[in-house]
Amino acid sequence: MANVQLRGIRKAYGSFETIHGVDLDIVDRDFVVLVGPSGCGKSTILRLIAGLEDITAGDMFIDGKRVNADPPSKRGIAMVFQSYALYPHMSVRDNISFGLDLAKVPKERIAAKVAEAARQLELTPLLDRLPRQLSGGQRQRVAIGRAIVRDPKVFLFDEPLSNLDAGLRVQTRLELAKLHRDMKATTVYVTHDQVEAMTLADRIVVINAGQIEQIGTPMELYNRPANLFVAGFIGSPRMNFIEAARIGETSCATIGVRPEHINVSAESGRWQGTVIHAEHLGADTNLYLDCGDKGLLTVRLFGEQRYGTGDVLHLSPVEDAVHRFNAEGRAIGR
Amino acid sequence: MAAAQSELTRARARSAWLFLAPMLVVLALTAAWPLARTIFFSFTDDKLGDASYHFVGFDNYFVQGDGYTDGILADPLWLSAVWHTVWFAVVSVALETALGLVVALVLNSDFRGRALVRTAILVPWAIPTVVSSKMWAWMLNDQLGIVNDMLQRAHLISGPVAWTANPSVSMISVIFVDVWKTTPFMALMILAALQLLPTDCYEAGRIDGVSPVKMFFKVTLPLIWPALIVAIVFRALDALRVFDLIYLLTSGSNDTISMSVYAQQQLVQFQKVGVGSAASTLLFIVLAIFTAGTLLLTRSKNAEA
Ligand SMILES: Nc1ncnc2c1ncn2[C@@H]1O[C@H](COP(=O)(O)OP(=O)(O)OP(=O)(O)O)[C@@H](O)[C@H]1O
Ligand SMILES: [Mg+2]
Repeated sequence: MANVQLRGIRKAYGSFETIHGVDLDIVDRDFVVLVGPSGCGKSTILRLIAGLEDITAGDMFIDGKRVNADPPSKRGIAMVFQSYALYPHMSVRDNISFGLDLAKVPKERIAAKVAEAARQLELTPLLDRLPRQLSGGQRQRVAIGRAIVRDPKVFLFDEPLSNLDAGLRVQTRLELAKLHRDMKATTVYVTHDQVEAMTLADRIVVINAGQIEQIGTPMELYNRPANLFVAGFIGSPRMNFIEAARIGETSCATIGVRPEHINVSAESGRWQGTVIHAEHLGADTNLYLDCGDKGLLTVRLFGEQRYGTGDVLHLSPVEDAVHRFNAEGRAIGR
Repeated sequence: MAAAQSELTRARARSAWLFLAPMLVVLALTAAWPLARTIFFSFTDDKLGDASYHFVGFDNYFVQGDGYTDGILADPLWLSAVWHTVWFAVVSVALETALGLVVALVLNSDFRGRALVRTAILVPWAIPTVVSSKMWAWMLNDQLGIVNDMLQRAHLISGPVAWTANPSVSMISVIFVDVWKTTPFMALMILAALQLLPTDCYEAGRIDGVSPVKMFFKVTLPLIWPALIVAIVFRALDALRVFDLIYLLTSGSNDTISMSVYAQQQLVQFQKVGVGSAASTLLFIVLAIFTAGTLLLTRSKNAEA
């Protein structure tokens, strides 16, 4: 088991730099999730850790050892790809054992390891099938099995659930969480789905345009986002942002209120708005209100609500859940 | 429901036949009819410039009288033509496949000027065989050829070698020129297959620590195998029919004579339409058996997978 350190990591393709100096400390046995919008460089950072891409500048340490020049197979990592990356012509068994066969691991050891991984991932009845005879979820489990048998110090996952349907995604998410608890290996996990990030992570790294915006536990990011980007990225529906000048605040440039931190009343409140759309989800109700010069605000209410389009409502933010940001977009402490 | 479906199927079958009809007519006129005529004449003693002919049964193929045998199958020249053709096909296709693989693997990697090299490599394949055969015949000429000149300057040979006339090297020259000409075709076929390979499992291989050589034999080769087989069958059929290259390079000498050249000689030089047709028919039978064999082999392989 190992910790991973990135020191001033940069990556350029030709003269085009995509990662602009990333510093990151991943503690032994942590489950770290990299999140960010598409194209922000999540996969690139993961591939730099794996050694699939050359580091342009900076230093990478795994278990205290500088690995900049080490090939992927010498870094003690295992990676699960978004597209599974299975060998199409090999059976499930061969896919899982291929790396070990070539590493001259004794036959009985290999068989035992494959059997153990298959049992853990419920692949035992499928061992003799080819990848194309498996469902997406089963293929994903084979890819995970191939990673497990390497006994890696660090697991790397690149959007492993993005090709699965919603139900399977939730189920596999739970399995991954359990797997992490059992294996206790350091894990770096890339996703653009913030629910995955919030549910799986010990620590979330929010990335934007090749830079780290904030690192913290899920609740730290939710309760104390460091800047506008993180505040807007974490949480669903998205946080409401209002220009401070429009509501007579002078201490900051922008205020942010999460939809779930706004109270609604038919009689009185700070702001007034007209419902232009209501989403009834059963457990929650999302209201979208046109609040004149304050813009469009989203409110999330618990349970079933009888409000509908056209209703005029009064809104009051929960005062100690209001976020304030300065003109540069940095959060102002509260 | 079932009735509607079968009606649809019938309509589809009808339009399929409609689309196939022109093709079938053309094939019948250009392939089936000449083939039938050839087989027909192979049982006659027809000669060029002589309209009358008689049926002679299998005499053109094989006949045994008392104390003598006659017919193509008893002609030592035919037997050596078969041997030359098979030898030529096996060696040239094997070399072309091996070299084509190497070239394709190089072209499949990223380097500057790749597009230019890809186009340039096609030149030998694009030149008509007649032109390239004549070109090589001159270059390999014992008196005037540039090949002898260069080899002599480099002190690799002491005197000029008659590359295309000397029986001990003429077959090697033929194979060399065919490899020069056809390797680009093989390389391109293989390159097309390589470019369809999934790239991600090579990254998985790097993480698993699989060496590039192992990766080639355990992953690349099995995955391009179906395409490779098709390319090899194509080339082998071509090579078994070889005519122009051998005829032009070695002027149809008996040391390199192929089945096609033999048939042409009987027909044109000796004006024996009957014997020439019999030789062509035998060549056709060899090709048909070879094709049917590979089709059966690949089909049973496909059924396995
Ligand atoms: N081989 C490459 N050559 C040039 N640019 C590249 C290359 N690979 C990635 N990039 C660029 O680097 C940036 C980051 O790409 P990356 O794949 O890391 O994004 P990502 O965060 O994983 O996005 P997604 O969520 O869509 O997978 C993108 O702007 C991309 O265009
Ligand atoms: Mg990505």
